[in-house]
Amino acid sequence: MFSFTRKQFTMLVVFTAIVLTMPIWLSPLGAAYPGLMQKFVIYAIFAIGFNILFGLTGYLSFGHAAFLGVGSYTAVWSFKLLSMDMIPALFFAVIFAGIFALFIGYFSLRRSGIYFSILTLAFAQMSYSLAYSVLTPITNGETGLLIARDDPRAIDTMLGVGQSTSGMPMPSLMGFDLTGYSGFYICALVLIVCFFVSQKIFASPFGMALRCIKSNQTRMMYTGFNTKPYMLTAFVISGMFAGLAGGLLAVTDPIAGAERMKWTESGNLVLMTILGGVGTLVGPVIGAWLIKYFENIFSAINTNMLNSFFEFLPDGFQSVMVTVMSKFVGEGWHLTLGLVFVLIVVFLPGGLVEGTERLMRRFRRSSDKPRSSVSSAASEERS
Amino acid sequence: MDAILAQLLNGLDKGGAYALIALGLTLVFGTLGVVNFAHGALFMLGCFCAVVFRYLLTIETVTIDPEQLSPWGAPVELRTPLVQDWLGDWGAFLVDYSVPLSVLFAVPVMLVIGIVMERGLIKHFYKRSHAEQILVTFGLAIVLQEIVKSFFGANPMPQPIPSDLRSAADVGAWFGMEAHTLTYPTWRLVYLLFSLGVIGAVFAFMRYTTFGMVVRAGMADRETVGVLGIDIDRRFTIIFGIAAVVAGVAGAMYTPLLAPNYQIGMDFLVLSFVVVVVGGMGSLPGAVVAGFLLGILQSFASMNEITSIIPGIDQVIIYLVAIVILLVRPRGLMGRSGVMES
Repeated sequence: MFSFTRKQFTMLVVFTAIVLTMPIWLSPLGAAYPGLMQKFVIYAIFAIGFNILFGLTGYLSFGHAAFLGVGSYTAVWSFKLLSMDMIPALFFAVIFAGIFALFIGYFSLRRSGIYFSILTLAFAQMSYSLAYSVLTPITNGETGLLIARDDPRAIDTMLGVGQSTSGMPMPSLMGFDLTGYSGFYICALVLIVCFFVSQKIFASPFGMALRCIKSNQTRMMYTGFNTKPYMLTAFVISGMFAGLAGGLLAVTDPIAGAERMKWTESGNLVLMTILGGVGTLVGPVIGAWLIKYFENIFSAINTNMLNSFFEFLPDGFQSVMVTVMSKFVGEGWHLTLGLVFVLIVVFLPGGLVEGTERLMRRFRRSSDKPRSSVSSAASEERS
Repeated sequence: MDAILAQLLNGLDKGGAYALIALGLTLVFGTLGVVNFAHGALFMLGCFCAVVFRYLLTIETVTIDPEQLSPWGAPVELRTPLVQDWLGDWGAFLVDYSVPLSVLFAVPVMLVIGIVMERGLIKHFYKRSHAEQILVTFGLAIVLQEIVKSFFGANPMPQPIPSDLRSAADVGAWFGMEAHTLTYPTWRLVYLLFSLGVIGAVFAFMRYTTFGMVVRAGMADRETVGVLGIDIDRRFTIIFGIAAVVAGVAGAMYTPLLAPNYQIGMDFLVLSFVVVVVGGMGSLPGAVVAGFLLGILQSFASMNEITSIIPGIDQVIIYLVAIVILLVRPRGLMGRSGVMES
């Protein structure tokens, strides 16, 4: 279980270092505040989970936001009924999202290709509409599910852990406060564990089987291999990751709303994974970080900042540039996102990871070339 | 009985919209083999064709009338649309009928948009997997939405029904029932007839013109048609344009029923995909039948008698039907066998 090749081990160590030093290297980029970094980490978990399904098996699910939503609701209910501790909350979030994924996956996986996408989409939209309408007693409809001071919290009362402070109770871990940096580091640890798990899955025979299903499912079945249980396991695992991410979202901010389950959210998740690189280990993480980063930075830029940025230009030109650019930032940053996404799918289907690999290869080749020409010249001389 | 008939009518006009969008989706899928997630965005662009058309018609001059004073003593502003200035009553009529007339505006605009879209982007994706087609058209849909948002803002923009058509039609009386037992908003009836007309036109075009014949042949066997010396790609491009037009006019006429904002396409997209799947991928009659069927089902499910038995059924009935159909009969109601079956 813990056996690792050297390369994998290095990768994990580097990844851990990068995640834990986030506050340091993000501060020059202007994003080193805990709330945003928690988002980075949580959406990275979400994307890693999605990648286990889409990256390994090639089944494009358009309903993963539903699992995120289920995770969030479960976590908040655990805060309300059991305890403000995050461990039971996350535990139940993962379990419930897993059960939910088992149910949806059981039906959806009977079809493949576009039919699978539409089935998951239909299930997710169904849960979204239900969360808004009939399930209001559970989900609290449009207001979103909130915790209250006088919730029962059975375990907390049993153990006699009262909320000493006035105001709203906050989620904690064994009595530790989870606000600010400690909250970020907890989430970061969870992310590292998730990355480790996904590394193991990628390297395991199970992961290999999933990749075989992606490349040729029919042939897999001809060899006497029952692909169904493998697919279902992958689906459930990826649903559990999404549930975990949803639970963590509720831990950092104890409110759960149905808008998290909307299918455009699933679309965003797909964007993240594609942007970084489908089927690679670090791709989804990079994609999630980039999108969340630009969401924050781009949407905060306003015309004043643009004006000062383009000050060096002549007057008329400056105003033109500002008007044009202002369409792409602030409120309109989704436009940038959509454009980048289209360009990525058209020109770089493997995402940024493949892009960097290609660049590296080109560099290597260009540095190889002179040497090879020298050697060929030498061989010509000899002959 | 009356209630049931009323719900039937209710479902038909919504079904008309579903059928039109699904028809366009199926045309594109059947000819080009592309799963177009940007089709909802085309519907939305059609809606905004109506908005723009009305905006252009109602560019107005503001003059202050010094003779008249409003009750609070301020001078009265007289707003006259330029069109009315030039054409008199005719202009007023144009402004009043801006929504139906905007269809004429939407047709060329959507045709150009569709052809540009196909030549510029979609054509590079014929050989790629369906997942990649979904992704790129999804991205395109986001871009189109955001462009519209940056011009028109995020608020819904309601469009008025022409004043002659605002009344309710006494549908019951036409069929020999007592007067006023079954009335129905005239505009919805107009929409229903309009959608039937467009559907009929598309079918006739495919059935009785040489162009349609070639396209149908191309749907069956693209290579052979190409070998016969016909530039099938160009015809398919035009078919994409036609699909965009169908979605666009469906949107333009729908604006009085539902005030469009930039997201309207996404909501319709999911539903119309469900419709396509229920009808059967690649089957034109299937898309139309399923569109009307699901529209009617949805309106029946939203009856009080039904929702009191199964609460929330009106929200999910379409998805439920889709799930059941996909699981039991994956090729859909009228799908050809072998199309995207696994």
